[in-house]
Amino acid sequence: MASAIQLAGVTKRFLTPSGGVYTALRDLNMKVEPGEFCAVVGPTGCGKSTTLALISGLEPPSEGEVDVFGKPVSGIADGIGYVFQTDAVFPWKTVLDNVAAGPRYHGATAREARERARDWISRVGLTGFEDRYPYQLSGGMRKRVALAQSLINGPRILLMDEPFSALDVQTRTLMENELLNLWSASSASVVFVTHDLEEAISLSDRVFVMTAGPGTVKANYKVELPRPRNVAEIRFQPRFVEIYEEIWKDLRDEVLVSYERQKRGAA
Amino acid sequence: MSVRSAAQLRAVGAIGEQAAAPGSDVVARRRQQARRRQLNVLGLRLLLAVAILGGWELGSRSGVIDKFFWSLPSDIGATLWRWVTEGTELGPLWDQVLTTLEETVGGFIVGSVLGVTFGVLLGRNRLLSDVLSPYIKAANAIPRVVVGALFAISLGLDIKSKIATAAVLVFFVVFFNAFQGVREVDRNLVANARILGADNRRLTTEIIIPSALSWIVASLHTSFGLALVGAVVGELFGATAGVGELIYSAKNNFDAAGVFAGMALLAAMALVAEALITALENRLIRWRPPVATETRI
Repeated sequence: MASAIQLAGVTKRFLTPSGGVYTALRDLNMKVEPGEFCAVVGPTGCGKSTTLALISGLEPPSEGEVDVFGKPVSGIADGIGYVFQTDAVFPWKTVLDNVAAGPRYHGATAREARERARDWISRVGLTGFEDRYPYQLSGGMRKRVALAQSLINGPRILLMDEPFSALDVQTRTLMENELLNLWSASSASVVFVTHDLEEAISLSDRVFVMTAGPGTVKANYKVELPRPRNVAEIRFQPRFVEIYEEIWKDLRDEVLVSYERQKRGAA
Repeated sequence: MSVRSAAQLRAVGAIGEQAAAPGSDVVARRRQQARRRQLNVLGLRLLLAVAILGGWELGSRSGVIDKFFWSLPSDIGATLWRWVTEGTELGPLWDQVLTTLEETVGGFIVGSVLGVTFGVLLGRNRLLSDVLSPYIKAANAIPRVVVGALFAISLGLDIKSKIATAAVLVFFVVFFNAFQGVREVDRNLVANARILGADNRRLTTEIIIPSALSWIVASLHTSFGLALVGAVVGELFGATAGVGELIYSAKNNFDAAGVFAGMALLAAMALVAEALITALENRLIRWRPPVATETRI
């Protein structure tokens, strides 16, 4: 059976406005199995978001190959969900119409799309807020809308780019648990980008550690913690702490490299 | 007082009612203060009007201001009253207002529709905008009211030439705003819509245009005023009816009161239009957070 996602020898370069070439990713190899929850951690600017853009088909790779379920990615494919770091819900649509957007774009009738949207709105706990506009919601509620908006299309792959980084700690823990519940009811593979190692371990089956940019995968760790998990409690288990220490040793070096570079860049 | 601030005061009142139990005296005092302030502003506005018009009137009567050139408020009022009751030199006053209004609204609609269409088109198409941009900049640099002369020759002295003049003035303002609005669309929103499965047509109608709409609607405030300028300038180049023509004929008779009366009419028309556009704006952009209200307690 083919992997859900496979990146082989992927390099991504961008042209900078001044005419130079910036290498975001270099010779990156990564493999995600169907139904697997993976986290990607790494220092800032290591190309985590770029990796997601390549998998989604928003950006083509400069070199190497990106396969999704055994097929090379060319343009945006069906079956992909993407939750962005910043708010990407449509501010001029109500909660209902935001969630219904995906089915509408796929040709569902307005009535059918709204019915499915209502179902998803109740699954993310926003019943009663259908007619609100995004500006009338809290940050956590907007993330719920974004989640429902992505999941309603039934993605086989869900890409998440630091989705909860802007939330306060309590809301974040709640959202993490809800994400795990929603994910366990689906069969989607998840690639969850974060800079927070604790979040990465408590959510995922596998953690990829990336090097300071140009990014490549330094190592990957299998997280053998039982499911279902409670994100708020799992952090206190001895096994969690062991795994954390093991990965942190790897990650720390990269964070220091990135930090030194930034300092030099600023000087 | 504007429509919006009235709505805000009402909103403040509603919050006050909900909180009536614990701090109701504080709320009542605040509400009273707000009302008093509102009355103060209204009183000061009236006072300013009385001071300016009264000073003008007195100045003209005492001879400090030359009333042949600058007229005086009572004469202007009398002229307006005569126009309303007996009609103008060009016929009933209502016909003149209606004529100018038709030209203005016609030019406003034609110019806005073309401006939005081309703005979105060029904003979405990089090649087209790169090719056309120097020509558009050049056209924009010309003082555009002069095209009124051209239209008077080519389209004749009826309503068509005025609509064309007004439309040209409106077009550029709306066009540049629509163009900019399309260019400033949040890339995350576009990426999100594409991932969710939007094709190019959906992207334009559901993401690009709504996103550019706040820019476009903002430009409509300015452009209605410009449409009025276009219509009046068009009338000055030659017409048989309209408020601009009314001003023109008053000028020919050295009738300063008539010129001022025409100006007052134009100002009234612009104010009514402004209120209508604000109402339209609030309808179209309901999703935008309201301006922060002052609710310090």
